[in-house]
Amino acid sequence: MKFSFTEEQALFRDIVRRFVVEQSPREEVRKVMETNAGYDPALWQRLCESLGLHALHIPEKYGGQGFGAVELCIAMEELGRGLVCSPLFGSSVLAGTAILEAGMAQDRELWLPPLAASERRYALAVDEGGGCWDAKSLTMQYTQQGDTYSLSGKKTFVVDGCSADVIVVAAREPETKGLNGITFFMVEASAPGVNRRLLDTVDQTRKLAEIDFNNASAKLLGTPGEGGSALERTIDLCRVYLSNEMVGGAQRLLEDAVTYAGTRLQFGRTIGSFQAIKHKCADLLLHVELAKSAAYCAAEAAATGDPEFSALAALSKAMAADTYVKTAAQTIQIHGGIGFTWENDTHLYFKRAKSSETLFGQPAWHRERMLRGWQI
Amino acid sequence: MASNAAELPDEQTLRTNVRMWLERNWDPDRKLVEWRRMLAETGWGCPEWPEEWFGLDYPSSLANAVQDEIASFGAIGVARSGVRMLAAATLLEHGSAAQKSQFLGGILSGEDTWCQLFSEPGSGSDLAGLTTRADKQGDHWRINGQKVWTTSAHHANYGMLLARTDWDVPKHRGLTFFVVDMKQPGVEVRPLKQMNGYASFNEVFFTDAIVPLDRVVGERDGGWSVALTTLANERRVADGMRAWGSVQAGTGGIFEELAAETRTVNEPYKWYPQRAGRPDLVISQARAADLDQDPVVRQAIANLLILEKSSQWTARRAREAHLLGRPQGPEGSLGKLAASHVARAAAEVHTMIAGGEALLAGKDGPLDGLIAEILLSVPAISIAGGTDEIQHNIIAERVLGMPKEPRTDVDRPFKDIPRN
Ligand SMILES: Cc1cc2nc3c(=O)[nH]c(=O)nc-3n(C[C@H](O)[C@H](O)[C@H](O)COP(=O)(O)OP(=O)(O)OC[C@H]3O[C@@H](n4cnc5c(N)ncnc54)[C@H](O)[C@@H]3O)c2cc1C
Repeated sequence: MKFSFTEEQALFRDIVRRFVVEQSPREEVRKVMETNAGYDPALWQRLCESLGLHALHIPEKYGGQGFGAVELCIAMEELGRGLVCSPLFGSSVLAGTAILEAGMAQDRELWLPPLAASERRYALAVDEGGGCWDAKSLTMQYTQQGDTYSLSGKKTFVVDGCSADVIVVAAREPETKGLNGITFFMVEASAPGVNRRLLDTVDQTRKLAEIDFNNASAKLLGTPGEGGSALERTIDLCRVYLSNEMVGGAQRLLEDAVTYAGTRLQFGRTIGSFQAIKHKCADLLLHVELAKSAAYCAAEAAATGDPEFSALAALSKAMAADTYVKTAAQTIQIHGGIGFTWENDTHLYFKRAKSSETLFGQPAWHRERMLRGWQI
Repeated sequence: MASNAAELPDEQTLRTNVRMWLERNWDPDRKLVEWRRMLAETGWGCPEWPEEWFGLDYPSSLANAVQDEIASFGAIGVARSGVRMLAAATLLEHGSAAQKSQFLGGILSGEDTWCQLFSEPGSGSDLAGLTTRADKQGDHWRINGQKVWTTSAHHANYGMLLARTDWDVPKHRGLTFFVVDMKQPGVEVRPLKQMNGYASFNEVFFTDAIVPLDRVVGERDGGWSVALTTLANERRVADGMRAWGSVQAGTGGIFEELAAETRTVNEPYKWYPQRAGRPDLVISQARAADLDQDPVVRQAIANLLILEKSSQWTARRAREAHLLGRPQGPEGSLGKLAASHVARAAAEVHTMIAGGEALLAGKDGPLDGLIAEILLSVPAISIAGGTDEIQHNIIAERVLGMPKEPRTDVDRPFKDIPRN
C-alpha cells in the first residue's frame, strides 16, 4: 500500500522485527562483521527456514513465496533496523531481481529454484568503478564463439561477491553503446579465470568484492543484447530496496538517540530536556518520516509498474541516503564522547549509512536523474 | 606585559637575525632535547610567550615570522604539539613561579608530555559536575575517581587534573586544579578504541593517587577559573593541536630522534589532521577524479573554500586579539564552531568526489584510505573540547548576552544535585 500497510503486511513486519531482535542482536552483528564471509550460516538458515525471506519476492512457480516489492521492502526495512548481516541483499535481492527481470522462462526455471531452496547463493556484478551502477557506462564486452560465451574484465562493489556460488554479470556486445547490446550472464564463481578479492571497506557489515574475469566461461541469461532496460529496472528496484533498508536504520538510530537523551544527566537534568537536543530529535523525526514516505511510495511504484518508477526510485534513494547519514551523525553528536567510541553501536550504523549513501549512485546524481525522469 | 612597539624589531631584521643564529647553531647531529632547550632559551621557540618565560612578548605576526624562518631553514622547532601547549598556557597564566620554572622547560624540550584530566563518565559538558575527589591528608592530596576520554594519558607523565575538594558548596566553587604525576601506582590508564580504529584517548582510574601540596595550580577550591583558561585555549583551535600527526623530515641524527618520537608518541594521533576534514585535499582529489569541471562539485568546493577561508581569518583575529593582550572576544568560541562546519562540509565534498570508493580503506581506498579516515574522524570535532551545543550556549549567553537558561544546579550544595 502506498500510504498505509495492510493488516497482513503489518503482521509480517512484526514477525520479522521479532526475529531480528531475538536472532540477530548487536553482539551477533559485531561477531559476524569480523568474519570474511560476513554472515552467520546458521542464522541465515533460520532466516530462510522460519521466515523464507530469501525467496520472498520469487514467484511460487519457482519455489518462492510470491510476494511483491512492498513486502520485500518491509523485510529490508526491518533488517536495516537491526543491521542484520545476511546474504539476503546480495543474493536474493540483487541477483534474484536481475534474474527475474532479465531471464526468460527457461532461465528462471533453471536459476531461481536453487535460490528459492536456499541451496545456492548468487551475487550481482555490474559496476566497473564509477559506483553508480549505470547501465549506459558499462564497458565489459563478452566474447562469443558459436554457442559459448566468455568474459574478461573487472567488476567491483559486488555485494557479497566473495561468498556467492554464482555471479550474475552484466556485459555488452562488442561495438555497442548506451543501453544497446547489454547482456546478462551467469558465471560459476569456482570457474577457471574468476578471481575474487574482498575489498577493504570500513563498513564491516556489508562485504564488497572486486572480481576479475579472465576468459571465464559464462552462460547466457536472457536474450543477447536485449538486457539494457532489464538492467536499469533491476538497479532501480535495488535502489528502492536499499532506501527501505536505510530508513529502517535511521529510525533505529533516532530511537537510540531519544532513549539516550532521556537518561543521560548533565547540569542536573536529562540532556533531552535541553531544547538544543529536543529540537534536533524532532527535526530528525521529520526527516526520517519524510524519507519513509518516499521509500514506501517508491516501493508501491515498483509493485504497480508506475510509469514514474525510475524517477521515484531516484527520489527515494537520494532522500533516504541524506536522511540516514544525517541521522547517524546527529546520533553520534547526541551521545557525546561515547558516540565516538568503537564500543558504542552508533558507528556501525554511521558506516552502513555512509556506504549506502554511495552504493548505486550518490544523492546528487540521483537528484539529477529524478529531474530528467520528470523531463525537467 | 605587551611590548612597546618601539622595542620590536622589524620583520626583515628579525628574519635575518634568526637565520644568522640558525646558521651558527643548528646542527642536525645535536641531541634533540639539547637543541630544543637551546632554542627555547633564545626566546625564538615561543616568541609570543612572556620575556621572563622562554618568550619575547612578540605579536603573532612576528612570532609567525620566526616560526616560518625556522621551518624554511629546515631546523626543528621546540615541542609545540599536543596537550602540552594547553598546560603551558594554563601555567603561564595561573602557575606559581616555582611551577613555571619546574614545568615549562620540559614542555618545550619535548621531554614531558601532558594530558588533560577533566571529563568523567558522568560529566563532560557539565564539567563542573565532576566527582573525582581530592582529600587533603597531611602533606599531600589523595585522589580517587575516574576520568575518561583523556587524550595522551597512555604516555603522558603529567596530567592537569580537576577534582572536587568541597562537596558542600555549589559545584563551581568546590573544584581544585592539580598537576598530577601520571607515573605512580595509584594511576591506571586503559586505552579506548575509537570509531576510526585509533586509540588516542583513555580511561584513567585513580585509587589513592598522591599529589604533593605544592602541585595545586591557583587557589584551593579555585580550580574552575584555572580550568576555564585551559578550555579557552583549547577552543582557540591551537595550531599545535592541528600539527599533531604530521611529520617533519630531514637528514641527521636529530631527525631520527624526531621520527622515533613521532612514531612512539604520535601514532595514535595520525588521524588528527583528518578530523578537520582536510579541505586542503579537496581540489587535488577533484582533479584526480576528473570532477573539477563538474558544476555540482564546483559549487560544493566553492562553498567549502568560502567557509574555510572566512574561519581561518576569524581564527587569526582571535589570535591577534589574544597576543595584543586584549580579552578573549567572541572569535574564540566562534572559531571552534566554524571548524566543525568546515570539517563537515569538507567530509561531504570528499564523499561526493570519491563516490563509491569513499569508504574503502587501506590500499583499496583513495589516498590509501585517507578519505575513509576523514569521514570517520570528522565526528570528533564537534564533541572534543566542548560540543557544538555547548559552544552555541556560550556564544548566546556570554557573547550575545542573551538571557541565561534557568538553572537548578548552581545555587545548591553540589552533593544535593541529581547526577548520573
Ligand atoms: C577525540 C576526543 C578527545 C577528547 N579528549 C579529551 C581530553 O583529553 N581530556 C578531557 O578531559 N576530555 C576529552 N574529551 C571529552 C570531551 O571534552 C567531552 O566528550 C565533551 O565535553 C562532551 O562531554 P560528554 O562526552 O560527557 O557528552 P555529554 O556532556 O553527555 O553530552 C551529550 C550531548 O548532550 C548535549 N548537551 C549537554 N549539555 C547540554 C546543554 N546544556 N545544552 C544543550 N545540549 C547539551 C551535548 O552537546 C551532547 O550532544 C575528548 C573527546 C573526544 C571526542
